[in-house]
Amino acid sequence: MLKRLKSYDDLITMRKSGNKKVKQDKVKVSICMTGCRALGAQEVYEEFSKQVKKQKLQDKIEVVETGCQGLCARAPVMTIDAPDAPSIFYGRVTVDIVPDIISSTIMKGEVIKKLCYAEAGKKIPYMDDIPFYSRQNKIVLRNCGIIDPNSIEQYIERKGYDAFAKALFEFDPERIISEITHSGIRGRGGAGFPTGLKWGFCRKAKGDVKYLICNADEGDPGAFMDRAILEGDPHAVIEGMLIGARAIGAEKGFVYVRAEYPIAVNHLRNAIAQAKKLNLLGNNILGSGFNFDLEIKMGAGAFVCGEETALIASIEGKRGMPRPRPPFPANSGLWGKPTNINNVETLANIPVIIAEGADWYKQLGTKNGSGTKIFALAGKVKNTGLVEVPMGTTLREIIFDIGGGVPGRNGFKAAQMGGPSGGCVPEEHLDLPIDYESVKAVGAIMGSGGLIVMDNETSMVDISRYFMEFVQEESCGKCVPCRVGTRKMLDILTRITKGEGCRSDIEDLKEMANVTQSASLCGLGQTAPNPVLSTIRYFMNEYEALIK
Amino acid sequence: MKDKTIDLKPVAKIVPKYSRDYESNLIAILQETQDVYGYLPKSVMKEISKLTDVPLTRIFGVVTFYSQFTLTPRGKHAIKICNGTACHVRGVDEVKEKVKEHLNVSEGETTADFKFTLETVACIGTCFLAPVMMVDDRYFGKLTTESVTDVVKEYSN
Repeated sequence: MLKRLKSYDDLITMRKSGNKKVKQDKVKVSICMTGCRALGAQEVYEEFSKQVKKQKLQDKIEVVETGCQGLCARAPVMTIDAPDAPSIFYGRVTVDIVPDIISSTIMKGEVIKKLCYAEAGKKIPYMDDIPFYSRQNKIVLRNCGIIDPNSIEQYIERKGYDAFAKALFEFDPERIISEITHSGIRGRGGAGFPTGLKWGFCRKAKGDVKYLICNADEGDPGAFMDRAILEGDPHAVIEGMLIGARAIGAEKGFVYVRAEYPIAVNHLRNAIAQAKKLNLLGNNILGSGFNFDLEIKMGAGAFVCGEETALIASIEGKRGMPRPRPPFPANSGLWGKPTNINNVETLANIPVIIAEGADWYKQLGTKNGSGTKIFALAGKVKNTGLVEVPMGTTLREIIFDIGGGVPGRNGFKAAQMGGPSGGCVPEEHLDLPIDYESVKAVGAIMGSGGLIVMDNETSMVDISRYFMEFVQEESCGKCVPCRVGTRKMLDILTRITKGEGCRSDIEDLKEMANVTQSASLCGLGQTAPNPVLSTIRYFMNEYEALIK
Repeated sequence: MKDKTIDLKPVAKIVPKYSRDYESNLIAILQETQDVYGYLPKSVMKEISKLTDVPLTRIFGVVTFYSQFTLTPRGKHAIKICNGTACHVRGVDEVKEKVKEHLNVSEGETTADFKFTLETVACIGTCFLAPVMMVDDRYFGKLTTESVTDVVKEYSN
């Protein structure tokens, strides 16, 4: 039963009593029940629960449903934590092997080799020894894959909502904003705008009613970190929103989430209901007099709705089309009121910054980008999954040391960063420390963090055509440069891939790209030519080979 | 379509739930309505317009803007093939062609027996399963032209 928390002290008491209750002598079996569901995690979980009951092991084993544990390539995955022993990581777990896991690993402490992660022919049973995990620094994903996302108690036991309570009772709104500004965090959704500055604009904007929106319309193909955060640690996002709402002076918030993410919506809905029961959302939160209410708005399938003004139009129940800025949403946003929009990953960073302080946070990362960044590693790479590393980590470390390199004999060709707004980074830039500016300098963008690895089998002209087809379909049609420009570029690229290209095509593409970039209304059109330009820059030979 | 025979009772129940603000809840109303009817028949949209005072033109504008909405009946099973970057790089096109061949439909179409509707989506966000597709709420990953044939057959029976 969740009881209303009336004060900061009540929250602390709840955490302490929760910590006491946690049985230290139990073996904890954490099973990923989000992404891994696609490969049978549900069945494994049910079998585990059944066996525990059948063998009367309830006092010995605790089975926990968690969010994404990161190494999706090994799905379905589980982590086994025995008291005073290192975590054992198992992948490709099947229903048949569950009794063996209980009898050998849990009862006798013996490792089942075939379930272990292997590198260079060597089996590595312990999580901390696997480079994929040991080289990461999980700040945003601190709870993801560890706690049950449907349990607010577990979140609170791990100091959840403590940063919010601190921001509520110990900081005034200006202090929150200065802390966030000082931390140097920039928006993780793509554009990389400084979060503290954004909050400051909205705080200063005139108006009694203000809104805070969480942009969970993760539409970039190849990016799935926001889905994982919402599925695996929804309270971190709610806590980030509460701190943001207090800072800008909003009493109402929305989470705009893709309809294509049913588990995320479900977990978020649960989390909001629990937070309401505990009086962490609603009126007079923790007896402070601060009010904040949160509502979920579902998208209906339109990529352009990730753009701020289009997203606002969609929440208002209209066609999700962008409008010119200024006025910026900070002054005139949802229903004409001052509105602040942050992305999921950005918001999940906020509690850590408040809890640990801006100075601590700034130590992570580089001058141009502090903190960590989550990358969704996919494509032709061994360890597909989610990777969180400090800004300034090189692509080589991410793709080869953490990602385990390119499988097969084809070898690495390029990494596509930033989805349809980004570009392809070739081998020569693999040692580049990644932050917002450095990535831009080589013709890609940080974007939302999608990182697709391509091997020598991949045709870069085809990739360029693929992204152009995507943006052309998703262009809302409001402004001519984007509507016509993407169509024309797609026509040319399609012709080239069919071997019907002509000599003037490259110059035409460049000119069209230039116009679309500079004259389009919103980010979708302005960045649409990036994949074309970056592939022309690095892989001109492939275009020439097709045109000749 | 057979608009005349469509029962308007469900939509009359859905709409009042959003009475505090019809305008901004229009998308939610349409989503819930489509869940019941499977698509958005003209008579139902007219009824929504009547009940909410939102002009039919605006409703039609919203319905045609978002890819989730459909004006034609759909098949019993929705096949959503992921067209994300990872799936593209890992050869989803061949898989898609195979499904089209089996069902004898193009993207966005429904089979003559109303068993399947074939759609492509931008990215399902399960790139580690690439190439991947969903049939209703189930995921099928690491597809090949052979394995996708089995999946289609499984649902055909």
